[in-house]
Amino acid sequence: MRSLMKGMTAAAMLLGAVAGAGAQDKSPVKLGAIEILTGPNSRYGVAIQRGFDLALAEINRNGGVLGGRPLALAYEDSAGAKEQALNAARKLIGRDKVPLILGPTLSNEMFAAGPVANERKVPIVGTSTTANGITAIGPYVFRTSLPEADVIPVTLRTAKEKFGVKRVAVMYGNDDAFTKSAYDVMKAGLEKLGIETLTTETFGSKDTDFSAQLTKIKGLNPDAIVLSALVEAASGIALQARQLGIDPKVFIIGGNGLNSPKLGEIAGAAADGTIVGSPWFVGKKDPANQAFVAAFREKYSGDSPDQFAAQAYDTLFIVAKAIDAAGAPDSEKIKDALIKVKHSGVMGPFSFSESRDPADTSGVVVLTMKGGKFQLLE
Amino acid sequence: MLEQQLVNGVVLGATYALFAVGFTLMFGVMGVINLTYGVYFALGAFAALWTTQGLGLGIAAALPVGALVAGLVAVAIDSLLLTRLRRAKAPELASLMVTLGATLFLYAGMAAWLGTEIRRFPAAIFDGGAYSLGSVRVGTTQLLIIGAAFLFVAALLALVRGSRLGLAIRAVAENPEAAALMGINGGLMVRVVSFLSGAIGGAAGVLVGLNFNAIQPFMGEHMMLRGFAVIIVGGLGDLRGALVAGLLLGFAEVLTAAYISSTFKDLTAFALLVATLWFRPMGLFGRAAAKRA
Repeated sequence: MRSLMKGMTAAAMLLGAVAGAGAQDKSPVKLGAIEILTGPNSRYGVAIQRGFDLALAEINRNGGVLGGRPLALAYEDSAGAKEQALNAARKLIGRDKVPLILGPTLSNEMFAAGPVANERKVPIVGTSTTANGITAIGPYVFRTSLPEADVIPVTLRTAKEKFGVKRVAVMYGNDDAFTKSAYDVMKAGLEKLGIETLTTETFGSKDTDFSAQLTKIKGLNPDAIVLSALVEAASGIALQARQLGIDPKVFIIGGNGLNSPKLGEIAGAAADGTIVGSPWFVGKKDPANQAFVAAFREKYSGDSPDQFAAQAYDTLFIVAKAIDAAGAPDSEKIKDALIKVKHSGVMGPFSFSESRDPADTSGVVVLTMKGGKFQLLE
Repeated sequence: MLEQQLVNGVVLGATYALFAVGFTLMFGVMGVINLTYGVYFALGAFAALWTTQGLGLGIAAALPVGALVAGLVAVAIDSLLLTRLRRAKAPELASLMVTLGATLFLYAGMAAWLGTEIRRFPAAIFDGGAYSLGSVRVGTTQLLIIGAAFLFVAALLALVRGSRLGLAIRAVAENPEAAALMGINGGLMVRVVSFLSGAIGGAAGVLVGLNFNAIQPFMGEHMMLRGFAVIIVGGLGDLRGALVAGLLLGFAEVLTAAYISSTFKDLTAFALLVATLWFRPMGLFGRAAAKRA
């Protein structure tokens, strides 16, 4: 009886497979994407959207997924608010029935939307969420962005080895999950390297005046300022540090938030000497990256991609590979396939660790700012 | 260290005062808390940015243009939204709600139109150099902000207390009906005050944008919270109160960050607000609303 059942199940599956192939399903496979498309932080979300759209066009030009089905993206705007990200996740899962969600943009938002996706058993893949504890939300939460815990130690080690940094002042934004978690990593990294922390100062992510903290730091005469901030605050800090007469040799060692060309555009020469670690750099010489940069510039009227666009671009290929390996746009199967995907993209070799974080840190580069532009630190 | 921190406190305090003066003037005369005020801050900065980038003019031209544009928009918004309410004698809550809605609308519109990226004034238009005196450093833009805060307060006080126009404005603030019976054009006075408030907000936006080298549509949002604290501590509608309270708030924030912990910076600012409401709900100088403006 049992063997008969088994045989019947096998036959049914075979039939199903044949029927599936015979019907030649050409309907698009629609994925959800939650990004910040409006509001003060939309710069990040829009960069990510551009990365996705570029990858999407390439994937569909090469035949899409699952043997000829085009891939499609349904974007939802989170506006940088975790409530809105949460609602977007509910809407994408409940109404649009997407098998997978990309995003959201900020770690803050992932801590709101991630648990919902996890509970509903829909894989959610962050491309820019670098805070600690993201993938600890649950087995359906993935990320392709290198957590800062991997990048920052490389930056700090380089600062110590190359510039002999021994005594630093630390500053961080204390009202944002991303900047706070980077600070935790910095603190641990500094202790491990035996670098002395003279003072730890905080600020709000929307503050514009940092003169009180910087005056205090100036009096302590550190070798460098270790800074965890988003680019707006970081630019203000760089400008005011120089205005208060802090020696330009006292450079800033930044977390991921400082890794943006905007820093040089806003702060200009005041940001010179700033060093950051990065999972990607526009000037990386490998052919895959150069082709990506060229295609991006062509599509977006000369704009250069940033790290967020690069991460998004790679992620869509990774997800497409997982869908192909899964054989169907089914959340459970995609989840199981994702963890096994191997991809070599513009960020370097990629695979997921068992905890669904990127497993490989060999692509990390350390950059330094000169004349308002980042370049590879030689 | 202490000298530099005191300078930092004066600069930050002057920034708050500069922002709050127009806000409190608007309240004192018209009796409405107009939440759109934060928008004029950004509008002035963007108008000035356009003057310097689009027309290639210097800051001497950009500052008045920023003030003028913000002032005109303030008049337009006031007559569009609040005149009807004033005529209908709607309660204060209605005007609060209307301006809240308008603020969200304007922010969203500006973000869609101008983008949310931070812009900066061209470096060449203004030499933001710094003066050193011993160990103390102060920037040219910072001196401008301090100067402007005191100048605006002095000029407004002279206008309100020492001119026929000021007398008419005070009459409207005190009792619009009686003022109308005396032949004072209440609508005109409201427009004059709207313009002045908006223009001051716009000018503050230009100077603060220049000092922090960052202009974006939401730049007034953060200031509004401080602006509220300042006008409540200073007394609603009290011009001198706004100046004193602004400086007090700036000092409190800077000294807390310097000598206690930067973590408590915001806490101190709002503790000051709560303490004022607790002990002196009329504001520092505790005069009745109608007498202030």
